[in-house]
Amino acid sequence: MIGLILRRLSGAFAVMLTVTAIAFVMFNYLGDPVVGILGLDASGEQRAAVERQLGLDRPMLVRFGDYLGRVVQGDFGQSYRLGSPVGDALVQRLPATVELAATGMMVALIVGIPAGVYVAIRRGGGAARTLLGASLLGISVPSFFMGVMLIWVFNVTLQMLPSFGRGEVVNLGWWSTGFLTKSGLLALILPAATIAIFQIAMIMRLVRAEMLEVLRSDHILFARARGLPEWRILFRHALGNTLVPVITVVALQLGSLIAFAVITESVFQWPGLGLLFLQSVAAADVPMMAAYLILIAALFVTINLIVDLLYLAIDPRLRARSRV
Amino acid sequence: MTALLRAPLVRDLRGDRTALAACAVLLVLLVLAAVPGMLAPHAVFDLRGLSLLDAFRPPAWIDGGSWKFPLGTDDQGRDMLSAIIYGLRVSVTVGLGGVALAVVIGVTVGLVAGYAGGFIDTLLMRIADVQLTFPAILIAVMIDGVARALLGEMARQQASVSVLIIAIGLSGWVEYARAVRGATMVERRRDYVAAARLSGVGAIGILARHILPNVLTAVLVIGTIHLGVAILIEATLSFVGLGIPPTQPSLGTLIRVGNNYLLSGEWWIAIMPGLALLILVLAINLLGDFLRDALNPRLK
Repeated sequence: MIGLILRRLSGAFAVMLTVTAIAFVMFNYLGDPVVGILGLDASGEQRAAVERQLGLDRPMLVRFGDYLGRVVQGDFGQSYRLGSPVGDALVQRLPATVELAATGMMVALIVGIPAGVYVAIRRGGGAARTLLGASLLGISVPSFFMGVMLIWVFNVTLQMLPSFGRGEVVNLGWWSTGFLTKSGLLALILPAATIAIFQIAMIMRLVRAEMLEVLRSDHILFARARGLPEWRILFRHALGNTLVPVITVVALQLGSLIAFAVITESVFQWPGLGLLFLQSVAAADVPMMAAYLILIAALFVTINLIVDLLYLAIDPRLRARSRV
Repeated sequence: MTALLRAPLVRDLRGDRTALAACAVLLVLLVLAAVPGMLAPHAVFDLRGLSLLDAFRPPAWIDGGSWKFPLGTDDQGRDMLSAIIYGLRVSVTVGLGGVALAVVIGVTVGLVAGYAGGFIDTLLMRIADVQLTFPAILIAVMIDGVARALLGEMARQQASVSVLIIAIGLSGWVEYARAVRGATMVERRRDYVAAARLSGVGAIGILARHILPNVLTAVLVIGTIHLGVAILIEATLSFVGLGIPPTQPSLGTLIRVGNNYLLSGEWWIAIMPGLALLILVLAINLLGDFLRDALNPRLK
């Protein structure tokens, strides 16, 4: 058990080291940091001075160690585009993205899982078929186009909801929240819906597939043979056993959720991390891109690690296998 | 011809009405993309043919529209239907190119990893695992950013189609590699491979002529599903302004341009290319689902 955890941890560590090395290469060799600071028409002496100041004249491994040390402390250098530290910009943008993504995911889980169970147990029924057909449409509509259509219907045609920005925010220390004002909540609806619609469709389809699989297994047949009431079979024996796959689903979806949040933020000009990322790429802001590479990797490695550990906690078979 | 109609796959297709419809729609769209000049009603990229007097016409079935411009016109007086047909060509080109690149990289990696085994296999599959933790679209955005930093803004604009094909190809090869590796590991233990090896065929010959044909079914299924994803990635990147520039617009670029006029009520400039994109991707996804089921021997 402990050996298994250690192996997972070292794997995660290796991934992070590799990605940081790629970010280091980008940061140092993509574009010229000296030109980024001095401009193109600097003299050789000025360049040499800045190179010394930045430590660019030292051996590569020493510089990588140095870079690693600074990254661990949250220092990602200066953004070319903003002229301010990358870390500050990231911290400032974080709350907007967390609030949007969390809202979207909560809605998706609350609607998606029951809907998936429903279409699995009412298989072939009219309502279930309609839901399933709608979900196919839901996963085929590109997320940005879903956003465009929602804006067209609810903002342009019905004039009900705002389509731009975050509304008024309240600052709680360094965290800015839109949950406490009316305009903040209204501004959240369309972007959160854009994210949630795709996720609901996806989660519903995955839960349905898992549920159908479990319903076909022997222990359900046996429970039926014992004459247990149907609700008890469905909720205790079937849904309980879909818990592991559902955690997988949620974790896998977190990846696509983050990708979708990036795009959705662009559609609604939501001032979060995703919009900043796209703006940085458009401006070829290399320090910012390197920071994002590390940040995204850290996020996904953490998610995967947590899921692996959750499996160990939930599924006794995995623990038994690791003991052998 | 009758032999073709009797082939198992075609027989399955004839029995599946949804897949047949998807196939027909896709065929029409692909023909439009292949020869847009012959089928589009207007030569929309010839500036002489444009008149600003025609700008912002709604679709034909709405007051103020005319059948000269069935789906309306954009801010330049360009016929939307024709712009969509030309945009389809760019979208399909980038999608097919990206898929082709991903197939070449993925199949090569998969064959080598599965056949060689040992350290090479571990190394290649570790790389695949690392990449698989990131969503493809974020990798594509990142590659686009690197290209921008390397080439500079102007050159990046001119090379946008190639840059996007590379971004999609490099972000999508892992699925192919994993599937081909698995199939190769099964095939290489078969007797026919041993026979080929004994008769003096080299490793490359065995991989290319004996194992490759046996793993192509899996590649076809993944490729169809990936084509839908690839077209969506291109459209998304173009929509957020990181893809194809408006001088040679793809469907995503058209939606991006149209989005500027959405708030002032000219909805068709964004919605029409969006619907075209939706139909294209839906048809590809339905066909992909059909192929996956039809070519899966376990479901027979």
